[in-house]
This record gives sequence, structure tokens and C-alpha cells, in this order.
Amino acid sequence: MKTTEDKILLSHGNGGRIMHELISDFFVKHFGNRILEQQGDSAILPVYAAALAAGPHSGSAGNNKQAARGKSGLPEIAFTTDSFVIDPIFFPGGDIGKLAVCGTVNDLSVSGAVPLYLSASFIIEEGFPMKDLETIVRSMASEAKKAGVLIVTGDTKVVNKGKCDKLFINTSGIGMIDNASRLDKKISSIKPGDLIIINGALGEHGMAVMNARESFNFKTPLKSDCACLNYLIRDVLDNSSSVKFMRDPTRGGVATVMNELAGMIHLGIELSEPDLPVGKGVMAMCELLGFDPLYIANEGKVVMVASEKEGSRIVEVMKKNKLGKQSAIIGRVVKDHPGKVVLNTETGGKRILASLSGDPLPRIC
Amino acid sequence: MKYIDEYRKKDLILGIADEIRKISKKEIALMEVCGGHTMAIHRFGLHSFLPPTVSLLSGPGCPVCVSGQHFIDTAIAYCRQAGVILTTYGDLIRVPGSSSSLEKERAAGQDIRIVYSVLESLEIARKNPGSKVVFLGIGFETTAPLTAAAIAEASKLKLRNFHVLSAHKVMPPVMKALVKDGMKINGFIAPGHVTAITGTGIYKDLPEIFGLGVVVSGFEPVDMMQSILMLVRQLEAGKPGVEIQYQRVVQQQGNVKARKLLDTVFELKDDYWRGLGMIPLSGLKIRSEFSEFDIEKILPVDVAMAPEPKGCICGMILRGLKKPSDCKLFAGRCTPSDPVGACMVSGEGTCATYYKYRE
Repeated sequence: MKTTEDKILLSHGNGGRIMHELISDFFVKHFGNRILEQQGDSAILPVYAAALAAGPHSGSAGNNKQAARGKSGLPEIAFTTDSFVIDPIFFPGGDIGKLAVCGTVNDLSVSGAVPLYLSASFIIEEGFPMKDLETIVRSMASEAKKAGVLIVTGDTKVVNKGKCDKLFINTSGIGMIDNASRLDKKISSIKPGDLIIINGALGEHGMAVMNARESFNFKTPLKSDCACLNYLIRDVLDNSSSVKFMRDPTRGGVATVMNELAGMIHLGIELSEPDLPVGKGVMAMCELLGFDPLYIANEGKVVMVASEKEGSRIVEVMKKNKLGKQSAIIGRVVKDHPGKVVLNTETGGKRILASLSGDPLPRIC
Repeated sequence: MKYIDEYRKKDLILGIADEIRKISKKEIALMEVCGGHTMAIHRFGLHSFLPPTVSLLSGPGCPVCVSGQHFIDTAIAYCRQAGVILTTYGDLIRVPGSSSSLEKERAAGQDIRIVYSVLESLEIARKNPGSKVVFLGIGFETTAPLTAAAIAEASKLKLRNFHVLSAHKVMPPVMKALVKDGMKINGFIAPGHVTAITGTGIYKDLPEIFGLGVVVSGFEPVDMMQSILMLVRQLEAGKPGVEIQYQRVVQQQGNVKARKLLDTVFELKDDYWRGLGMIPLSGLKIRSEFSEFDIEKILPVDVAMAPEPKGCICGMILRGLKKPSDCKLFAGRCTPSDPVGACMVSGEGTCATYYKYRE
């Protein structure tokens, strides 16, 4: 066991290595099962075709046989959950409700599933303004409609003032996934030469929220990139079968996702700094505060690995979607330095991109 | 981005590197004494552009690292006092003290808030008249004037619940102490933002008495390469002097207004530097006229000096005598996610920088 602390620290929730140690030392250890151990953005659940077919209305033996034959061809279920505790609950480009829908839709989408149904649970602090709640719920409804998902169940709890900070939301989601789209099975086919692709600029969510929360008073039009990516991802999967991995680089940013991937495939990854799309606002804030956009959270981005020959075509497909206008190939899988991510810097140097450890904090001199 | 892109141009860097290679004959060691420079050297891989005759050493340029455990232990003692709100720059939150850290204290329920500017602490003090708001003042001449400004402002506003625990230090005495200590260096890449406040007068002795070259440098790769070239030129010609490379920010006379503010609020005191010991007149303490803002005067706490963590060679690293890779704890027992020494936890610490950008 690597977790050495006797109390939960904020670092345990930041998406970096310390959080992953907590997950493996506690949750995977005690809940451990074959499905949880997939450790993907969504759990892929088997649908027991034979059991369904053998139910009271299943009909003849012939049907049974058909169902059994169809077992591998039957869609499976992708299932995921996420809690949202963002502060502030309203920020440029979105609010906690929009984020709660997009986050779960995206977690399903990056596993290759078509998102269908969401649950929404609210933990609300006593005294929370009704008007704000309605704004948030409307925003959830509008985002769900845009993404083509239904919010079909939910829960409401109110706690005493001071026992939670305004409003927390949990959403869970169910999607359907067919065998051809199952990305978890393709990860082992990743090989040197494969390309790393992203659908746009880095770090917009993290920096927009930070600017709204802290008292920097930077006057910037910077907005969160918070968006549902299911249609963009579907466009890609319908047009190419060469995508082998997808992840939404939220907490910990692109660098952390790339480190997780490098660890899983035992190959190296090289990113090219001149090819990274970074907006002026994010770049300026990062320079001022000493952050690296590669470690800043995104909420409307997907990082993909695809075969070398399909890379540019996938970028073209993504560019046709309004959420993919700035799509770019940002790196590749390499044989060298297995398990490590290396950045080829704009000045011609190389440096290692480690996993995020601890909150990214600004410099003081 | 303006003022950034121009200073990161690959062709320019390669051009300067060629020039350095061409003229560099003597073996020289240059020391940078600012964490920002250490970061830039590693972030942009500048070592790889230099000939074997030029070696770079990292000095005590990270304020968090040189202040060390005792400061953190004292801060922890304050945050445990009833009615205290501790405000700090984020860098300090995970620095290990002898038995705890501010991060752990926060998890245990102490009121510790991260601020990005000392002015936020003033605001917190204004909003919480019933609490003592303690700001952890740390840093060199770059951050100290801001703390001074906050104290002056608090005095003007009669904000009597705002206090500072000062670990502010000044740079010139330690640079001389290193040389007197027998450090084998030929020149300093001098800190750009410190000098923007102090002016270049503070370096006068270094070429005159110690024969060292001094170039005040900016923080982008082209700045640093140009500064190294300027130092190589001085040393090859046998004419060490004080030059400013970072002319877009630094003026010879420095920032007179900021220095006046510093002098109004602070006075020099002998101060302890991790790895270097006591250095005369190297720290800043709050003048008695402003003692109501000095938490050590208002609410004295007695915190024992704890021994340095076993096996940690931060002290040697801060003096440029050892590299992080010489430490047995480096990258094994001591990592940024579970640091032993301060040089690993501060984002600008030499060990953290080496760890982050290690080959």
C-alpha cells in the first residue's frame, strides 16, 4: 500500500498520482472485480443474452439459439458516474449543471458508447436560492437535449447550512456500446508510430474557473470549453475504425492522461510543443501564474490515439464539427522511453512530462 | 505571445550557442541564484546547448528551500492558535515541517487559506475582524516590497488584526557568503527581478574584490543564453564586471520607490539560511514602529529547532556543492508527491526541478 497519510488531503482529489494511489489502495482493493479493474472512463457491463432470452417471454428454442449466437453482436452497456463540486457554481462558459451533464456524457462517449440515460442527484445546502437552482436545472435540461440524452431518475437531499458548499451534483449515465466501438479492447493494438490527436485548445476550463474563483481580476474573454462531445466522437468513430484510445483530459490535463496511457501500453509518448493548440488567454495566465497548460483541466476536449495513416483524415472529420475546429495532431507513440511522456520543446530541447503530483501552484518569485 | 515568443526562438538560441562554443576556452562555472532561472535552464534544456567548458550550478535561489523547516514549524504553531487565520502563498502548503505540513494542518481543520497576493490577506483581515490574520511573508527583494506595502496599508487603515510572520531575506549577503565559503565559481547569472528592485549597485564588490563576472538575466531561454555568452566574454577577456542583459525590466538604479517602502517597514537582521547557517544582515524583520503587525511580537511562540531530516542533503545542494542525483533519497524516498526536503517540494526547488525534468 502506497497511501501513507492518515487524513484525506485535497491532493487526494486532484486527478494526479496521489489520487490514483488512493483508488488502488482502497477502492479497487476492497471492491475489486473484473469489471472495476477495467479502470476506464465507463464500466462496460456484459448483457447476459442467454439469460434474457431464457426469460418468461423468450419463445422457442430457436430464439434461444439465435440469442446465443448473437451474444457477441449484442450491444453491451456502458455505465459511469461522476460528482460535481465546482466552485464557483457559475463560471464563464457554463455552470455546475451543464458541467454535470457534459462530464458524464463525455465519460460514456470516450469509452466508445452512445450515451442514452442519465441520473441526477442533488445535495443542496439549506438556504440555497431557488432562482439559482432553476437556472442550473434549466441549463442541465438544455444540455441534455442538445446531447440527445434523457435525465430519467434522480434524488434530492438538503443538508443544514454549512454542511455542504451551496450545491453538489452527481450524475450517472448509461450508454450502449457495440463490440466494434469498444475501445478498451483496442488499447493493446497501440504501436509505435500511432498518432496523438486532440480536438482543440488546452486548459480553457481550468483557467476560466480559476480566473472566476480567485481575485486576480484578469480581464479576459476566456471561457470554459465545457461541452458534450458525443456527436464529435460519433463522427470520428463512424468515419474511422482506427481509433485505439480516447480519454477526456479533465483534472490533471493532457499530460496526466498521456502518462496514464504510457503506463498502460508500456511504450513511450512524444508530444510536440509547437503543435499544441493553446489560446492566448490561457497562455498569458499560465505564464503569469507559472502553470503549464498541459496540466490544466479541460471539459470539452478528447485526446485520441489513432493509426498513422488515418490521423490527418480524423483531424479533417473533427474540424467539420464546431467543437473540433482547432483539432490537431500533437504527438506520437514511440518505442523509446517506455512508460514515459516526453515533450519536444519549441526551443528544440526535450523534457519529461511527469504525472501531476499535488495541486499546481503558482510561483512566488 | 509578445515578449515571450521573441525570446524562445530556436534559431536565436542556436546562434548564441554557436558563439559561446566559438569563444569559450577557459573552464568556467556559473551559478544562478534564482529559482526562476533554475526552472528555465531545465525547462528549456539549456545544458544541452552549452560546450563542456561551461558548467552551470544552482545556488540558494528558492526562498522556500532556504527558509526550511523551522519557518514551517513556526507557521504551524501559529495556525494551531485559536482565532488565527493563516494566509500563505501556495508554494508553502506542502512543505514538510519536522512533524506536519500546512496541507495536513488544513485537513485537520486549521483555517489556512492560499492567497496569490498579500493584498488578499488584507481583505481577509478586513472581513474577519474577530480573527488574527497571519500572512507568511516569504521571498527575496521581489516579494518583500509587497509585504511592506501591505503592512503600510494596514497601518494606514488601522487594520490591527493583520499580521506578518516574516521569513523575507535579501540576496546580496548570501552571494558573498557563498564566495567567501570557498565556492569555486567564476560568475553569477544574477536574478533579474531581485535586481529590478535593488539595482546593480549591490553587485559592485563581486568583480572588484572577488574577480567574479555578474550578468543580470531575464528568464526566457534567449535571455539566459545571452547572459551566459556575456559572462563567457567577460571571463575570456579577463575583465569581469556587472552587466545587465535584462534591460527591458532592470535599470541600474533599481526601483527606488519599492526600496524606500522596504526600508520604511523592514530592517536587516542576521538570519539563518538552510545549509549555510547564520548570515549577518541577510534577513528582514519588521521595524519596531510597525511591531503591532509583527505576529512574533504580538503572539510569541516558542518553537524548537528540529534536526534536518536524516539523509537529506538539501544544504549541500543549496550551496551548489552537490547535485540532487548525489542524494540517496532523490527520486526514491523523496519525490514531489512525498517530499523529504524543501528542495523537492517547492516548485522552484533544485530537486523538484531536476525531478520534473530528469532524463
